[in-house]
Parts: sequence; structure tokens; C-alpha cells
Amino acid sequence: MTARLELKGITKRFPGVLANDHVGFAVQPGEIHALLGENGAGKSTLVKMIYGIMQPDEGEILWNGARITVANPKAARKLGIGMVFQHFSLFEALTVLENIALGMDANIPARELEAKIRAVMTQYGLLLDPSRVVSTLSVGERQRIEIVRALLLNPSLLIMDEPTSVLTPQEVDQLFVVLRKLASEGCSILYISHKLHEIKALCDTATILRGGKLVDTCEPKVETSRSMAEKMIGGSLKDIKREGRGLGGEKLVVKGLNLPADGPFGTALKDISFTVRAGEIFGVAGVAGNGQNALLLALSGEEPTARHAVTVNGTEVGHMRARDRRGQGVSSVPEERNGHAAVPVFTLADNAILTARDRLGMVNRGLLDAKAARTYAGEVIEAFSVKATGPGAMAESLSGGNLQKYIMGREILQKPQVLVVSQPTWGVDAGAAAAIHQALVDLAAEGSAIVVISQDLDELLSLCDTLAVINGGRLSTPMAVSDAKIDEIGLLMGGIHGEQTPGEVAHAV
Amino acid sequence: MRYKLEKRREPSTTMLVVTPVASVIVTMLIGILAFDALGVDGWAAVRDIFLTPLLASHKWQDVAVKAAPLVIIALGLSLGNRAQVWNIGAEGQYIIGALCAAGVGLAFGQAGGFFVILLMIAAGVIGGALWALIPAVLRTRFSVNEVLSSLMLTYVSLQVLGYLVGGPWKDPNGRNFPATAPLPESQMLPSLEGSTMHLGIIVALILPFAFWLLMSRSTFGYQVRVVGSSPNAARHGGFDAKQTIWATMLIGGAMAGLAGSLELTGALHKIDLGFPSGYGFTAIIVAFLGRLNPFGCLLAGIVLAVTSVGGQLAKTTVHIPDSTAGIFQAMMLFLILASDILIRYRIAKRA
Repeated sequence: MTARLELKGITKRFPGVLANDHVGFAVQPGEIHALLGENGAGKSTLVKMIYGIMQPDEGEILWNGARITVANPKAARKLGIGMVFQHFSLFEALTVLENIALGMDANIPARELEAKIRAVMTQYGLLLDPSRVVSTLSVGERQRIEIVRALLLNPSLLIMDEPTSVLTPQEVDQLFVVLRKLASEGCSILYISHKLHEIKALCDTATILRGGKLVDTCEPKVETSRSMAEKMIGGSLKDIKREGRGLGGEKLVVKGLNLPADGPFGTALKDISFTVRAGEIFGVAGVAGNGQNALLLALSGEEPTARHAVTVNGTEVGHMRARDRRGQGVSSVPEERNGHAAVPVFTLADNAILTARDRLGMVNRGLLDAKAARTYAGEVIEAFSVKATGPGAMAESLSGGNLQKYIMGREILQKPQVLVVSQPTWGVDAGAAAAIHQALVDLAAEGSAIVVISQDLDELLSLCDTLAVINGGRLSTPMAVSDAKIDEIGLLMGGIHGEQTPGEVAHAV
Repeated sequence: MRYKLEKRREPSTTMLVVTPVASVIVTMLIGILAFDALGVDGWAAVRDIFLTPLLASHKWQDVAVKAAPLVIIALGLSLGNRAQVWNIGAEGQYIIGALCAAGVGLAFGQAGGFFVILLMIAAGVIGGALWALIPAVLRTRFSVNEVLSSLMLTYVSLQVLGYLVGGPWKDPNGRNFPATAPLPESQMLPSLEGSTMHLGIIVALILPFAFWLLMSRSTFGYQVRVVGSSPNAARHGGFDAKQTIWATMLIGGAMAGLAGSLELTGALHKIDLGFPSGYGFTAIIVAFLGRLNPFGCLLAGIVLAVTSVGGQLAKTTVHIPDSTAGIFQAMMLFLILASDILIRYRIAKRA
């Protein structure tokens, strides 16, 4: 059988980086093929070449046995290659139909297009009203638009780039049904992910990349998640050591926390209450855009709230701003690294001053102690193996993962009483993620209370003692991770808890 | 061969220094070509505008007197610009500062001396700051763009000046000219024997050090830089953006007011309709040409003062209007802004 797509010796160089080094593999008709690797392993570069966004420096691409050059994405779509990107390109103020019509290469009359869309939707169970305005749709529904857009071209290869990172477990299941149906009809699927259990559940073959090189091709169904992870990182995974951690008294008490929405597409926080004890790691799960950012801002003090809403060690701090809350021992790491957690055009030493100046005495009579800042930045770089030229390196010159390690280290080494982190290992490789997780557990073991806000449910389940789900700005009742059920968490993530009105569900996305 | 812009890993410090110098040189070259094309001796024009004031020692005092207010105002403006606060109304704050100083002087009549002069200057500083307070309040309370409000207030200040010098403050012995009476000698800043060099020039030489300390070594300077480059990071770090806007606007106004009061007490000694000579606007160019760096402002202030003095000179030697200097100043600003991109990007050959 001729392979649908075959890559031979594909090489792509960027200044100073070999993004793909003689990569070759084949995707058969009707096969669901996983492309697995850590951030920076070269997955994105590889699919960008298949989809015609970039051209390879060396090597060849065979399409149904014939050698081809894919000049641009339009040419790729003409060949029958469709792609669903991780970040959607949709206009919020337009309807589903209008968005799809805008993305079509051919000019099809609206009525005809609508009929086609409805046909594709019924065929694959992608239920969606074409006249809905995108801003009222959930992330999962928005993804369906992108999938329908790709399916309208009758692709024989569909590339899915990290499609599940924003979905609830139930939505993931629905997506898999669609993908399996497509494959059974002969469409090949190239599935990019680093979520191993999904790959085990869905894919026939997995190609594993590491540092731009192909390291293995395996059959996920016979591998374990751990064995694939170890191939992916090229070493053995360390388990988190979490013994010897007892829970102490109440450290962080949040009671009836409300915060108005920030702008028309923001999410308001409504009556959030939870308690984190000393030594406890408290997880907040949820699909992106359900109030996670607002929660972090309300806890860090960047958005002050009612005085009694937040209590730390028995002191009411709700009315305090970020600086005073730090004085009470509250540190935080927001999701956005560049421009929020760090100033991109400042050196790492100057970025240390941003959050550590008062706690670590870097200010003397209104003047900054540059030496203390450099020393502390050096300690963080050392302790968290940050790859940087030194404390004088610009924050923006670091890779995302390394900057994340630096920022996490900057807060953890200050030994805060309460640490609130959002997406602590986002974009960080598995080895470094394990180190960050270990550092969080160690901090908790010393008696700090930790809140982890993450969209990665696996991360929360392995790290946290207690878990709650945020949806539409409301927090579910916290549950112990040891007796949490995935189904139940999934339903909560999808917004099924009690008396919520449809209007609020729409607003939540 | 095709070229493309490639992002640098780190901003280039070389380019930070090279681009302002190159802007001045390119301005001179364009000047030579443009005047030659117009049938004027281009080299003579550019020489008189850019070089003669530097080479002829008797012009140095003129340069110093003109540079002092430019440097002082530019220092204040560059602080605000670092925080992304765009005060375009320094000219107005300069005028109000001078008027406040003159008002205090008038109140003391013929009395003078150290404390009166100090009081006049203090009044100038406070007056300039209060005039800048208006756009600061409008911006922080009502989100009014400070570019427009501060600029428009300049025209208001001109009307205030016109009213005062043509009305209540008019010199009774001044043959009905709209101007204040000359300051009594006891209210003038001390100046060098037989020269126009006054104490304000010393102030303009010391202030860059103070501003350097403030910008690079103090927590306040850090706050200004963070608020200017990443407002969200500033909030995360616990810095108040509104407070920063207030502070930088007030300092900018205070510096302009200081320059105005020094100009009154040190150089012009009276206020008439010709008192506002555009220092507040030229200082914007000084701040950018000086790369918002205090010592850069000092050097750039001298360069701009040279072109102003040179423009006067060229009027008599090569018979071109003295507004030519303004064209050159604008060209420098244009070129410096255009070459800014080279700090963060490099030109590379396209593969």
C-alpha cells in the first residue's frame, strides 16, 4: 500500500537551531498517527512544512507516492491536507457561517455553503447552529467550527495541533468519536500532542521527536504512558516525592469573593469560597476563560476586593494591593510570563527586583541594591537550572520554558506563606516540569499553602491534595483528590453544577 | 541583493549611541544637498548652523544660555516619556512657571536678594507643576489623552501671558508696550562678569546627575521604567500606574517651570510677548535625540542650542530665514525616530 504521506530526511535550520534533523516517517490512509514530543522538539516546524507555511531546507515530501512541494497553505488544501490549529482564527462578532465563508478559498454562495455545512455537521455529529455568533460559543464549540471548516474541503489528511488542550474530558471524548469516524472513512490524521493517555486511547502509531530528531516510532496501544514519556524526554521520569507532609492550620481563607468582570469578554468572580491549610496544595481546574485570570488577580492583590474576602494567617488582606499582600507573605505567578510576570526588556536581575525587592531587602533608602538583585537572580538561575547567559540576560532572550522556570524560582525561593500559581508548567519540558512540581511539594512540606490554577487536569491530579473546578466565575465545592472522579470533574468543567442560568454559561466563554 | 530586518537577541547598546550621532550627520548631509539644489551655498549654510557656533568661542555663551532651558525641560520630559506619559505642553508649563516667578517678583517690588530669588524660582517650579497637574488629573480621572490636553493648555497659557503683560502687569514706564517692567537687579540671578552666562547654566549641568541617580538607581526610577514598558508587570510588582502618571507629569511640569523662572531671572529679566520661544517644544526633540538618558539630554540640548544660534547666524551670512534651523531640528527628530528600529533589529541579507 502506498503511504498517504511520507517524509524523507526532512531538515530545517533556523539561525543557531536545527529544528528538524533528517526526520522521516509515513502516514498510511485511514491511520491516526501521533506526533509526540516536548515543547521545542520540532513538531510544529514539521507540520508547518507539511501544510506549506514553511519550506524544508533538505529532504522530500511524498504525497500518495508522488514527490511534491507544498508552496503555501492554499496549495496544501488543494492537495487535500487540512489543518486545525491550536489557536483559532475566528472573528468573535461574526456568526459561524460568516466565519466559515471568510475562510474558504473558493467563492460559494451562502445558501449552498450553509447546506454543505449542515451536511458535514450531521454526518460527523458536530452539532452547531450556523447562525450563532462566535462570541457566545464555548471553546469546544469554536473548535468544531475549525474542524468543519477543514472537513468542507474533503481532506485526505487532517492535521490536528494540540486539539485537546482547551477541552473538557467529555469534549475530548466527543472529538475522538469524530476523529475515529473520519479515519474509518479513510482520512489520515496527524495528531500532535504531548498528552500520552490520549495518544494511547486514540492513535495507531506514534512518531516521537526529541531535539529535532526522530527518536522512535512505536505502537501506543502496547506502550505504557511512562515508557513513551521516557522516550520523549530521553531519560527516566522522577516520581514526585510527597511523603512526610502533614496538613497544619488554615493559612489562606477565601470567603464570598466577588470581582466584577474586566471588560465585555471578561469573567466576573461570583461568591468564591475555599480554604487552604498549611502544607496543602489546592488545585483549581477549569477550561480556559472561566475566571482563572480574575481569580489570580484577586488573590495576588492586583485587583483588590472586599477586605474580609481574603484572609492570610488570620489577617484580612482582601483590600490590600499586590505590594502589601506580598508583605503578608502572598506570592503569585500569573499565566502570562512576558509582560505580566516579567518585564521582557529588563534583565533577570532587574526582574528579581519586581517581586522580591521588599521581601529580600533590595531597597535601601529609596535606592536599589543592584548587587543584591544580581546575587538573588544568580541563585534562582542556579537552583532551577535556568538556561541563560546570567543575571544580566534580558528576560525576552530566554525561551518560554526557561523564563517560566526563572519566574517560578523567583517566587518559590522567597519562601512565601501562600503561593498562587497559574499554569506553573505551561510550555516547560517534562524534566523541568517535574523539578517545578517537586519544588512546589517541597515548599508545601515546609508549611506553605499553595494554590495551583491549571487547565492540565493530569497535572492537578498528580500534584494536588484538594481540587475544585472553576466555571463561569464560580468555584465548585472542593473535593479531596484521592476520591475525585474524572467524570464528575469533567461535568463541572462543562458547567453542570446546580442552578446556573444559560446566560451565565454563554458569558463564561 | 535583498535585505530584511532581523530581530536582535538583545537590544544593541552600540546603536543606542550611534543612531543619534548618525541622525545629526545625515541631517547635515541632506541640508547640504537640499540647499545646493535650491541655489544657496549648502556647505556654508550647514557650516554656519552646525559648526560655527561651536568653533567661534564668542558664540559659546549664547549656546550655553540657550542650552540650559532645553536641557532642564528635556530631563523632565524624558522621565515622563519613559513611563509612556506624553507631555507635549512643556511650553505652557514653562510660560506659567515664568509668570509665577514674575508675579512673586512684582509682589516684592524693588526688594530682592537671595531669598526673594529663591522664592521666585520656587514659585516657577510650583506653577509649572500645577499647570501639568491639569492634564494629569484629566488623564487619570477621565482617561483624556494628555497629548491633546497638555498641548491645548499651552495656548491657554499664551492667552494668560498676553493678558497679564498687556494688562495688570504692564510696565507703566514702557511706552505702552505689552511687557513687564525689567526686574530690579536684586531679583536677577548672578551671572559671570561681562557675560550672559548665568547661574541657571550651572543648574542645567548638575541636574543630569540627579536625574541619572533617580532613573537608574532609585526605586522610583525603576517604577517609571516598569510602568512604561509593561503596565501589567508593574501592577504585578505592586506599582501604581496612576501614581506614576501623576509623579512624572508633575516633575515634567516642575522642570519646565524651573526653566521658565531661570530664563526670567537669569537671561531675559522681563516678560513680553516674545518670551515664549518654543523651548518647550524643542526640548521634545532634545529628549529623543538624547535617548531619554539624562546625560544624552545634556549633549542633545547643546546640539539643538547650536542649531538655534547657528540659525540666527546663517540669517546674516547666507541670507536664509532663521526658521531653517527649525527644519533641521525637525529633520533630526524624524531621522532619530526612523533609526530607532536598528536598536532592536539588524539588517540582514535575505537568504
